[in-house]
Amino acid sequence: MDELTSTFVNESRDQLIAMEDGLLRLEQNPDDADNLGAIFRAAHTIKGGSGVVECHFIEAFTHKVENVLDKLRNGEIPVSGELSTVMLECCDHLGALLDVLAAGSPHPDPEVQARGDALLATLTEQFLGGSARDDALPVEHSSELEASGGGVVNTDAWHISVRFGPGVLRKGMDPLSFLNFLASLGEITAINTLADAMPAAAEMDPESCYLGFEIHFQTRASKAQIEQVFEFVRDECTLYILPPHSKINEYITLINESPEGPMRLGEILVRSGALTQAELEEGLAVQSRSAGVEVEGASPAQTPIGEILVEQKVVHKELVEAAASRQSVLSDKKALDARMIRVQADKLDQLIDLVGEMVIAGAGANLLAQRSGQSDLMESTSVLLRLVEDIRDSALQLRMVQIGETFNRFNRVVRDNAREMGKAIDLVITGAETELDKSVVEKLGDPLMHLVRNAIDHGIESAEVRAARGKPENGTLQLNAYHDSGSIVIEVIDDGGGLPRDKIRQKAIDKGLIDAAATLSDHEIINLIFEAGFSTADQVTNISGRGVGMDVVKRNIQSLRGSVEVLTAEGEGSTFTIRLPLTLAIIDGFLTGVGKASYVVPLDSVVECIELANVPEQRNYLNLRGEVLPFVRLRELFGIGGEIPSRQNVVIVQYAGEKAGLVVDALLGEFQTVIKPLGVLFKHLRGIGGSTILGTGEVALILDVPALVERAISIEGERLAPGTAATNARTGGAHESVSIH
Amino acid sequence: MTQIAQARPAGGAVNAVARKAAAALQAQQAAAEGPQQYLTFQLRSEMFAVGILNVKEIIEYGNLTAIPMMPPFIRGVINLRGCVVPVIDLAARFGHAQSQVGKRSCIVIVEVGENDFRHDIGIMVDAVSEVIEIPRSEIEPAPSFGARIRADFIDGMGKVAGKFVILLNIARVLSTDEIELLAGIAAESGAPP
Repeated sequence: MDELTSTFVNESRDQLIAMEDGLLRLEQNPDDADNLGAIFRAAHTIKGGSGVVECHFIEAFTHKVENVLDKLRNGEIPVSGELSTVMLECCDHLGALLDVLAAGSPHPDPEVQARGDALLATLTEQFLGGSARDDALPVEHSSELEASGGGVVNTDAWHISVRFGPGVLRKGMDPLSFLNFLASLGEITAINTLADAMPAAAEMDPESCYLGFEIHFQTRASKAQIEQVFEFVRDECTLYILPPHSKINEYITLINESPEGPMRLGEILVRSGALTQAELEEGLAVQSRSAGVEVEGASPAQTPIGEILVEQKVVHKELVEAAASRQSVLSDKKALDARMIRVQADKLDQLIDLVGEMVIAGAGANLLAQRSGQSDLMESTSVLLRLVEDIRDSALQLRMVQIGETFNRFNRVVRDNAREMGKAIDLVITGAETELDKSVVEKLGDPLMHLVRNAIDHGIESAEVRAARGKPENGTLQLNAYHDSGSIVIEVIDDGGGLPRDKIRQKAIDKGLIDAAATLSDHEIINLIFEAGFSTADQVTNISGRGVGMDVVKRNIQSLRGSVEVLTAEGEGSTFTIRLPLTLAIIDGFLTGVGKASYVVPLDSVVECIELANVPEQRNYLNLRGEVLPFVRLRELFGIGGEIPSRQNVVIVQYAGEKAGLVVDALLGEFQTVIKPLGVLFKHLRGIGGSTILGTGEVALILDVPALVERAISIEGERLAPGTAATNARTGGAHESVSIH
Repeated sequence: MTQIAQARPAGGAVNAVARKAAAALQAQQAAAEGPQQYLTFQLRSEMFAVGILNVKEIIEYGNLTAIPMMPPFIRGVINLRGCVVPVIDLAARFGHAQSQVGKRSCIVIVEVGENDFRHDIGIMVDAVSEVIEIPRSEIEPAPSFGARIRADFIDGMGKVAGKFVILLNIARVLSTDEIELLAGIAAESGAPP
């Protein structure tokens, strides 16, 4: 795939997203003309681009779609549910066509083609009035022009621009006779004589013709017929004929090529009524913006023509401003786009890798400096270290994206699935501006999809049931995101029926997941739904209920070093909470030592550090200012030998509102931690989140605090109550408290 | 013959024989295409060899970070120029006691895995000897027992200067799936080592 095509594919995907977004909004708000315009523009851009890359199957399809949108825009057909459905399907199909193009095949395969044809047939039948109207594509040339922006000029007359050559009179031809002949074909509504080419009287040759005309002409004659009028002087004159409803760009081309200069002609065109001021303004604005890009663009007026016109008091200032203000909104957006750079993701990853190496090397240099004891050197390395830290932060920032884009995709999912299920569901999105690492976002799509579908299918009840329960008829599904102590929290909240605790328990017993005699907290029971092969739906529906959903969700989230939990209240709804680390690459860590080994605790989860004192050997909790704080002895848990030092420290960590202590030998201070994955061999290792390389070149392990605490609980549970140990370990009962709201 | 044997459904004495024959044939073919040069090393005074094409480098033993809650044959991880590479104690992998760290202890970095999932693993050995060429004619099939290590770990027995060298099937020895499974069991069992 060449560069042009790949750019087209990428940009078209963006346009498609915008189009889909617009269509969904259109359903809510059918009268929003700006929105309709935006949808139309998106389709238009895709069509234009497909013409440029000569991808005719996309061009042909989009053309038809555009026709429907055009009718919609002109109010010829109303916005309806079916229309949006079909149009959304068209969006999907365009996406599929783009895939075809991206795959490099010259034609879509028959299946895709058939789907496209079916869609087109539906469009033609239902929305284009089934008319056998000529929908042939415009010539490629014009679509290319469209691609550079600009709509259709709102005039129904021909525009003829003619400059007679100097030799016309000498050959015995009178310009006036041509005009008379032209008048016989139709009506000349406006004519401007251009004598700008006329030199000063002294130099003027009376036998030469210096005249030109701009003619606004209303006729039923064809272009060929008009051309015939000037046939005799074709060789001697420059002739432009613009048909009615020509593109602004064509006028702009004409203006730019006129010998009188763009300003003069623009003014004339406006005066003769060929163009309105707004059209001219828009055309020139587009032209001057794209001038830098398009090589073929003749050098346009430096000053917008509107301003020139105003300066010369040709047009009222207010008029121009009014026309230009709409334009400036568009141009601001374009300018914003222009400030964005597309960078390949792997280049970014490479940069992050390098920054990671730099952090490690910097830590090494700092260590050496400290050992050397030279204060100058120490100072300079600490400055360096601070800069490296800044670079690290900005490099990571590059990969941060807002979660809104991911959330917005669910508008469509909710709409389609709800419709399929015959439910009415409103999607509420909050915290869309919350940022997180791109690599996390990418892997978040699937689990979120599962949760959302599940909520639609099992969570939210049908309208009748809701009415009976005294709830508003429309169900509400909320997607929420926020930052919380170094992790991002994503919530999927529905106001549906909630999870039936007893049913889940029964099902779990039936499936042999738990023992019938096992005593489990409500919270533990509810979280059984994340076990493999668990599905409570009595009916397997199209959307979900195959029992592969929730465990996949849990596994996906865990592979991102995150966790997922559910809170539910029967009859009131459920909240699924996903907790994820902000980034997968570099974190701020707190370095601790146990024996000879070093362990890194993510700094975000560290609350404070205290000395372990006055605690008997066997007891694993301490009094933290009146609070009971359970702790884990890392030495014990990891089976590290060696002598226990006289002073031990407790690092107090917090995760999801719970506090716990980690007992270590030494506190070694803050440390920028470049996370190195431990590899597949250690996939099942819980409690260790990854590894990092210290300044000395040694490898230190990064502790996964929640998993560690969970592990400590399960070990203790096993030791103390062998009967319930198995279930405890399986449900991962990290929380002893019951939290049902 | 290979194809015929594989096409048939499993089960039946005749099929079992056919499968065995096919497997032998495959092993022979693999040996024919396999590497001719081997790196030999010592482990518990026994001589082993791995195909030279698997070996990336040999480094001195040291700077190892132990990973808790892992089976004994996973010795730990090392920093190999910015990459974290796991180190397997080969003796422990063969079911013996963990190797003692000696003066000549080395870590041989080998590359294993399928096309897209290649990764490096270090194996800890008592001493590295030399790179030798073993012609195919000098390779005997593996004994079905008696070598004190699992039969499927052995590719064949090379004859070098009148002695046998065990040619390791390194892909099996360092099978990611198997190690992962064992590591998983160790991690899940929860008992501190």
